[in-house]
Amino acid sequence: MSRAFPILVVLLASLALWYAAAIGLNAPWQRDVYGRAGLKDVPFGQFVADTWNQDKPVMPTPHQVAAEVWKATMLVAPNKPRSLLFHAWVTFSATALGFGLGSLLGIGLAILIVHNEAMNRSLMPWIVASQTIPILALAPLIVVIGFNIFTGTLGIPTDPARLMSKAIISAYLSFFPVAVGMVKGLRSPEPIQLDLLHTYNARPWQVFWKLRWPSSVPFLFASLKVGVVASLVGAIVGELPTGAVAGLGARLLAGSYYSQTTQIWAALAVASILAALLVAAVGLVEKLVNRAMGARPA
Amino acid sequence: MSQVQYYLALVAGGVSLIGLGFALAFGSQDQAVPVTIFLGLGTLSLLRLALPLGLWADGALALLGSMALLGGLGAAVPAPAFFWLALVAAWLFAWLFIERLSHVLAPGIVDSAGLGLLIPLVFGLSILAIWEVVTRGAGVPQVILPPPSMIGMRILASAGTLWADFQQTFLKAVLIGYGLGCGLGFAAAILIDRSPFLKAGLLPLSNLVSALPIVGVAPIMVMWFGFGWPSKAAIVVIMTFFPMLVNSVAGLNAASAIERDLMQTYAASSWQTLMKLRLPAAGPFIFNALKINSTLALIGAIVAEFFGTPIVGMGFRISTEVGRMNVDMVWAEIAVAAVAGSVFYAGVTLIERRVTFWHPSVRGA
Repeated sequence: MSRAFPILVVLLASLALWYAAAIGLNAPWQRDVYGRAGLKDVPFGQFVADTWNQDKPVMPTPHQVAAEVWKATMLVAPNKPRSLLFHAWVTFSATALGFGLGSLLGIGLAILIVHNEAMNRSLMPWIVASQTIPILALAPLIVVIGFNIFTGTLGIPTDPARLMSKAIISAYLSFFPVAVGMVKGLRSPEPIQLDLLHTYNARPWQVFWKLRWPSSVPFLFASLKVGVVASLVGAIVGELPTGAVAGLGARLLAGSYYSQTTQIWAALAVASILAALLVAAVGLVEKLVNRAMGARPA
Repeated sequence: MSQVQYYLALVAGGVSLIGLGFALAFGSQDQAVPVTIFLGLGTLSLLRLALPLGLWADGALALLGSMALLGGLGAAVPAPAFFWLALVAAWLFAWLFIERLSHVLAPGIVDSAGLGLLIPLVFGLSILAIWEVVTRGAGVPQVILPPPSMIGMRILASAGTLWADFQQTFLKAVLIGYGLGCGLGFAAAILIDRSPFLKAGLLPLSNLVSALPIVGVAPIMVMWFGFGWPSKAAIVVIMTFFPMLVNSVAGLNAASAIERDLMQTYAASSWQTLMKLRLPAAGPFIFNALKINSTLALIGAIVAEFFGTPIVGMGFRISTEVGRMNVDMVWAEIAVAAVAGSVFYAGVTLIERRVTFWHPSVRGA
């Protein structure tokens, strides 16, 4: 309780701030509306209530966003394009595919780097340097060209092709944190532990399975949590370029084209919930793995 | 030589031998001569089984091979078989060179900074060379992947446009947003530092927010602040604020209790403790946030431009040129963004080394 209380207070304060900001930001439009209707001396309470309940507000209020999310998830069949669950599923499938591919790639690279000095020296600086490059800028290029290659050259139907081209970006974004984290993790055993296995005459693959891999697990999950959010961002941005008709990113873009602010905020809210769920899922797997490996609860 | 190197040398020599056979049998054009010479020398390297060959010889072979290949490009598309064998051989020689060099460097026998830098450099250059040779040798449509030389030409040819985009996106949106966001995050950290209540309430929420896909607020900011650079700067502010806040608060708690006790015995005021102990101790954390933010800022500004801009800016250029299939221009923008991002990051790192010179991670290097 003592830990939840400050969080609750700050949350309530930000909600209050949000409502206050909504009054300020929506006021000019509301005054226009009153002016056109010839209304004068509207009571302040009425004015505030009206700014909180506009159709296309500059700043939708939390209850409007919540209502929109509720309407678009619970009251619409989940297989219809008007349902946010449908869009969230499209984004999630690209995220999951890309995250899986990216994590495997990252782990593979890390294993290579740890076991081969030449790989370490030639790859590591580039992996670090590539962090500084705005990779998301490549997203439209990869999506459009990947889509054309998949449909044109390889003859894949459009829907899986779209999914795969988005998954490439997700994989690209999520493999960096995983690779860097796993290099750290696979190198985390102490020299004294490596020496012990050496005295047991362990083969390199035995050192790997019995010492390096288990001791890298905490690093793996820490970087997977970063990677899964990066994948989600990659999938959303991958849906922005022309051509994407489904997914939370496409929903954001459509909302911005048609000034449907509430729709944008609802898509954002769903994206945030999705991110939190993904991180929580990775955390859950981490707990299960730790228990299976015999870790004592901290 | 270790086992890996032995097999590498064997395969590299073998591929050269097969390539030489192909070249002598089918190669007729004049441009094929340097490639043939390289293949012959590569075959000769098999003699190393009898007498040892220095690692620099492998490096020279790889260099010669790539020069010959780049010079022989364009004679025939798609290039003949021996050409591809020569590419594989040159790549194997480069790999062997890196493998041997890193083995020499590993125990620290010839360790000097120049040689350590050589390995990633060779790696990067071989990627560029393979890219160039494969795209031009196999006649890959430039819509799919333009060769690096074409991207370079495009950068030179459209320097004016690129500079205008760079000015709009980087000098205005990124730098201003970065400065504001980091400054505000830091100021907020100093402010809430005094209140344990606010810290307990804000920190978990800020951690949550920094894990969210904040790029998504881009359309909202574009709606609020218009199409110009202020809307992009606003996104950069939001994206950089939370990492800075979280890291600064963590950094301000980094000074140990014993050091704070020492300040207390000096009767230092809380302001003095902040300036002389806790801010310097927070340095590494703050610079960590500055480094994370330097990449986030660029990403935020570019992605925000996908949602609407005046007709200038890196994100705008990328999204429109993709639509017009001018892929070389897209790559040119990405190259500029990559250089800008790396230089920005390197600049922050340089300042970090100056400011937090006392930190073990800086002293050790």
